[in-house]
Amino acid sequence: MNMESLILAALIVPLAGALLIGLAGRINPNLRELVTLTTAGLLIFCVWSLLPAIYQGDRPGLQLAEVLPGIHIAFQVEPLGMMFAALASGLWLVNSIYSIGYMRGNNEKKQTRFYVMFAVSLAATMGIAFAGNLFTLFLFYEALTLSTYPLVSHKGDKATVKSARVYLGILMSASIGLLLPAIIWTYSVAGTGDFTVGGILRGHVDGPAVGLLLGLFVFGAAKAAVMPVHRWLPAAMVAPTPVSALLHAVAVVKAGVFTITKVIVYVFGIDFLFSEPSSGWLFYAAAFTIVAASVVALRQQNLKRLLAYSTIAQLSYVVMAAAILKPLAEVGAAMHMLAHAFGKITLFFAAGAIYTASKKTELFQLRGIGRRMPITMTAFTIGALSMIGVPPTAGFVSKWYILAGAFQADNYVALATIIASTALNAAYFLPIVYVVWFEKDETPPGSEHGEAPFAAVLALTITAALTIAFFLYNAPAYELESQLVRGQP
Amino acid sequence: MIPLETHLPALQVVVPMLLAPVVVLLRPRGLAWAAATAASLMALAIAIALTQGTLSGELYRYAMGGWEAPYGIELRVDSFSALVLLIVTGASSITLLAGKASLDRTIEASRQPLFYSAWLLALSGLAGILVTADAFNIFVFMEISSLASYVVIAGGTDRRALPAVFKYLIMGTIGATFYLIGIGLIYMMTGTLNLADMSLRIHEVADQRPILVAAGFITVGLALKAAVFPLHVWLPNAYTYAPHAVTAFLAACATKVSLYVLLRFDFVVFQQNLLGHEVQFAAFLMPLAVLAILAGSTVALFESNIKRLLAYSSLAQIGYILLGASLVSLAGLSASVLFMFNHALAKGALFLAVMALAMGYSRLDLQSLAGAAKHMPWTMVAFVIAGLSLIGIPGTAGFISKWYLVTAALEAGTLGYFLVAVIVIGSLMAVVYIWRIIEAAWFEPEAESVTVIREAPVTMLIVTWVAALSNIYFGLATDLPRELANAAAESLLWPLP
Repeated sequence: MNMESLILAALIVPLAGALLIGLAGRINPNLRELVTLTTAGLLIFCVWSLLPAIYQGDRPGLQLAEVLPGIHIAFQVEPLGMMFAALASGLWLVNSIYSIGYMRGNNEKKQTRFYVMFAVSLAATMGIAFAGNLFTLFLFYEALTLSTYPLVSHKGDKATVKSARVYLGILMSASIGLLLPAIIWTYSVAGTGDFTVGGILRGHVDGPAVGLLLGLFVFGAAKAAVMPVHRWLPAAMVAPTPVSALLHAVAVVKAGVFTITKVIVYVFGIDFLFSEPSSGWLFYAAAFTIVAASVVALRQQNLKRLLAYSTIAQLSYVVMAAAILKPLAEVGAAMHMLAHAFGKITLFFAAGAIYTASKKTELFQLRGIGRRMPITMTAFTIGALSMIGVPPTAGFVSKWYILAGAFQADNYVALATIIASTALNAAYFLPIVYVVWFEKDETPPGSEHGEAPFAAVLALTITAALTIAFFLYNAPAYELESQLVRGQP
Repeated sequence: MIPLETHLPALQVVVPMLLAPVVVLLRPRGLAWAAATAASLMALAIAIALTQGTLSGELYRYAMGGWEAPYGIELRVDSFSALVLLIVTGASSITLLAGKASLDRTIEASRQPLFYSAWLLALSGLAGILVTADAFNIFVFMEISSLASYVVIAGGTDRRALPAVFKYLIMGTIGATFYLIGIGLIYMMTGTLNLADMSLRIHEVADQRPILVAAGFITVGLALKAAVFPLHVWLPNAYTYAPHAVTAFLAACATKVSLYVLLRFDFVVFQQNLLGHEVQFAAFLMPLAVLAILAGSTVALFESNIKRLLAYSSLAQIGYILLGASLVSLAGLSASVLFMFNHALAKGALFLAVMALAMGYSRLDLQSLAGAAKHMPWTMVAFVIAGLSLIGIPGTAGFISKWYLVTAALEAGTLGYFLVAVIVIGSLMAVVYIWRIIEAAWFEPEAESVTVIREAPVTMLIVTWVAALSNIYFGLATDLPRELANAAAESLLWPLP
């Protein structure tokens, strides 16, 4: 298959899969799950077949329709999008394995709708990753918001619907109220919204307008959860755990930071932004979010809420790295997307496994649980270490590059922020690890439990292994992402 | 043989008008509907032919009875009229095709011939307003269409339609009278009724008080007809209690025809002749447009009857259309005209879906509709698609018009930023009110009910889906409406002599 049809296939396969899952759901749940896994496998094949060409410097593209003069629905694969697509498609397979264990283990209702919407949201994610211009990106960004709503509100009771409304409300209002005007602004001054190496805005805006436009983009892409548009993320914790994993690791929040990074690199251009002092606030906003979210996380008693605030902080790592505006830091931003995905998905899988096996959700309930669920809690520990950034885990690698980028820019605030946040991360993760392994188990008799269902344990073992493997073997990712800024001194 | 092509502008009005009395005689069951639908489809075919002609650059001029303008009545079809004709005849055809089952239910068999006859008269009146170039002729057609639409609105079994239509009648008559007073004053000063001729002659007397008074009367009268905030009070009840098919038809096109006349008159006759009229027009209508967007959307937020909710949303949409026009620029006007077309698509499809819902549900408030998507999934998916278009989600027609409107507003400098904010806030409110319906239908558990609710009839669904999908089609293939809208805006700003 040639490149163009592979790109199209990456969009169509999950959609066709969604249709088939819906049909198979009427016949037999096992058949339905088989379709899900096959679709995920097929998507991996389509996306990963694109990789070699991207390594060689190809940027295959595809133009579908001209909506308005100069505004196309177009796709182009470049290193950042390639990485995002590869990550999302790969984690979807693992997540599907986990979902089977989780959804059956908890006897969830409406499982067919769940798998269908999951596949649809993956199609939207592929569209975001491969979008060739701002308009196409926005199209799929909205599709992702809408297709994840049924997943977040899966439980369907009053409280869940209310939280899901917060989720939808914040994401939609930000994207329509801020992101869309930013996009229209860009098209009207630059005449184009195509992602171009080196940016398209130089010479078209200057002065305070640059900072304003950047603000519209950053807060418009509320999926990146830079404070104060972060509230949707804790609200979305009502979703079933595989959905949380989708939100936090596979697609949604990644779509936010991906959009911001992409806008910084390909719309503004890092050199242009670096030369405009009015863009400097973004760095401080991100740094503030990192520290503030970590402090809030310290005070959480619910495991999933704690993880949510940890995600907010980790996302701002990516934004801050991108805002350092130096090549190495951009690479670090991309690497951190990967590293955080592996670690955070492991943590969520573990939280879900605990819930499935024991219905425990609060931190104080976890005393001594390590002895009942050793595999799960080992994986949890690895994930937590990766969040802190301890070797030999993935988190260390990306922090390394971000720090290197900070030194390139002589940016000592970044340095201080990273040190402070590492300390805070340790302060809220290590006590959990300690309690889990070293305190006495107080499970009341009659509610003894072991590990979660096999599929769930298998999935979290895979992701924990990936977290460590990424530390040892990250050269391919580095090589790919260093192309992101090649040609920019 | 007479070349048919040259008579198209006249046939556009004559076909439905002559068929209307014939329809009254068709007593056998279903025949009146078939004849009305056939007439409406013929009118649509004529409108398509006219559109094709105007797209290739033709301007249709037709002297009624061979009396040349400015003495006789002239018909004149340019791309603006063609676009609105397309909306009117399309809306009529598609609602008649979809609406048979619904109308059979609300209108007794014995009164159906009269009802369909009134429908055709309304159609021919609206078409007449669009093809004629004569100010008094516009008034005549306006009366025909108004009287006929009072009849079709009150034609159903819902008794609450009667006070609603009475209110509409009073306000509509006031509006028409204002318009007539204005025309009379202008005729007194210029001695002509032909719009093009009027625009040439009015120049000499432009500073005379009667002309200024006429401009005021005409603008306010037409604004009343077009339900411009705060002259909108007749609209919500009329839309809510009319038979569902009638709502779909009128919501898609009736107010737009009045807006058409308003724009025509203001731009062709007044704009270039009256000193400072540009500013007066903008300064008068822009605040009203902004208020219409904000107030209409706000009321829609809290409304629980979905027909009334959509009616208030229509008020807001009229605001958007006016907002574009009040910028008095090429970009603003084409945004405005494009908005008319795309809003007709979205609102028409929405009301068709409402009509389909009404086949299963007798009460159309949010509580009763809880869980409706389970029983009527096809209807609700069509509703969602059309709703997204109304909000202006990319990939739908509604997005294109909002894009144009925002671009046009950005050209207006600092004021533009404020207008963009208004558009954005209006769109966000649309997200909320459309979402309330979607949430009730899809995500809320259904109320206890004893009756089994089944999906609407297949023909109704097919037509509703065609309407919904056209929102996506025109969101991606935008050439046709854009070209027409651009040409229309040009003809308004620089009318031919």
